[in-house]
Amino acid sequence: MARARVYVTLKKSVFDPQGQTIHDALVSLGYDGVKDVRQGKFFEVELGGLPAEQARQTLEEIARKVLSNPVIESYRVEVEG
Amino acid sequence: MKVGVVVFPGSNCDHDTYHALKHVCGQEARFVWHKDSDLSGLDAVVLPGGFAYGDYLRTGAIARFSPVMRAVTEFAGQGGPVLGICNGFQILQEAGLLPGAMLRNRSVKFLSQPVHVRVERDDTAATAGLPVGSVLTMPIAHGEGNFYLPDDEVDRLEQEGRVVFRYTTRDGRLADEANPNGSLRAIAGICNRERNVVGLMPHPERASEAALGSADGRRIFEALVTSLVRA
Repeated sequence: MARARVYVTLKKSVFDPQGQTIHDALVSLGYDGVKDVRQGKFFEVELGGLPAEQARQTLEEIARKVLSNPVIESYRVEVEG
Repeated sequence: MKVGVVVFPGSNCDHDTYHALKHVCGQEARFVWHKDSDLSGLDAVVLPGGFAYGDYLRTGAIARFSPVMRAVTEFAGQGGPVLGICNGFQILQEAGLLPGAMLRNRSVKFLSQPVHVRVERDDTAATAGLPVGSVLTMPIAHGEGNFYLPDDEVDRLEQEGRVVFRYTTRDGRLADEANPNGSLRAIAGICNRERNVVGLMPHPERASEAALGSADGRRIFEALVTSLVRA
C-alpha cells in the first residue's frame, strides 16, 4: 500500500482571493507580522496493488490530471516510505 | 433546431434552460443524461448551470470525466454548436474545450445579481446576428467566476477575437465597479478558435422573458438558431 500526500496550491502568479481575505483577517486580529497567506488543498491518498515505482507514477498522474488544474495550480506529491 | 440540454448530478438550471429553449424560443429540446453518449439528431448542445458533482474538488473538475463529455468533445470537434452557461462554462474549461480557469470571486462572496455584458463578437454560435456593442442584462450566480489566463495567453485570446462578452456598465462602458467578480479584462464569455463553442458566466435562461425582469437572454438562444442557419 502506497500512501501519499498531495499538495495543490495556486501558482505564484495567480491572485488568491481566499488567502488575501485570511491575511487581512489575521492583520486585523493584531498579527501584524503576517506578510502573506496562500490557501491550498491537501489530499491523503492510499493506493494499493502496485509496485512502488508504478504507484509513484500513478500518484503523479492523478495529481497532474485530476487533483490540480494546470492553468492556475501547481502540485507536489510526497510518497511515504 | 433540436437542442440537447445536458443533465449532470447537481445541475440546477437544466429545467430553466429547457423551458427557455422549448417554450420561450419554440425550439425542440431534450435532456441528455450525463451517462449518455448519444447526441445523434441534435443540432446544438447546452451545458447548463448548477453544481455538477457538487463542484467537489474544483468547479467542473469531475463532470469533465463523465461519458457525455466525450460525446460533447466529439460533437464540438465536428463543428456542432456548444453553449456552456456558468457551471457549464467551467466544465468546458476543465474539459479543455475553452481556455482559462475560474478563480474565486475577488470579493470571496457568492454573487447573485443582475449584470450588464457587452457583445464583443457577432460571429460565434451564441452571438450570431447580435450587434457588436449591444449590452445585455442577465443575472450571474456564482462563487467562482473570476476569469483567469496567463497574460500572454489572454493577449492571444484577444488577438484572435475570442472574447465574446465583457462586463460593462449599462451603457457599455468598461469600469472596475461593473466587473462583479474581478475577471481579467472584464471577460464574461469566450469562444474557441472555430467559434462554435462558447462559454459565458451570466444566465440567459434566467433572463429570457419580460416577467423575469429581462428578456435579453432570449437573444442568445435565438443567436444559436441564427448560427445554424448561417452554417
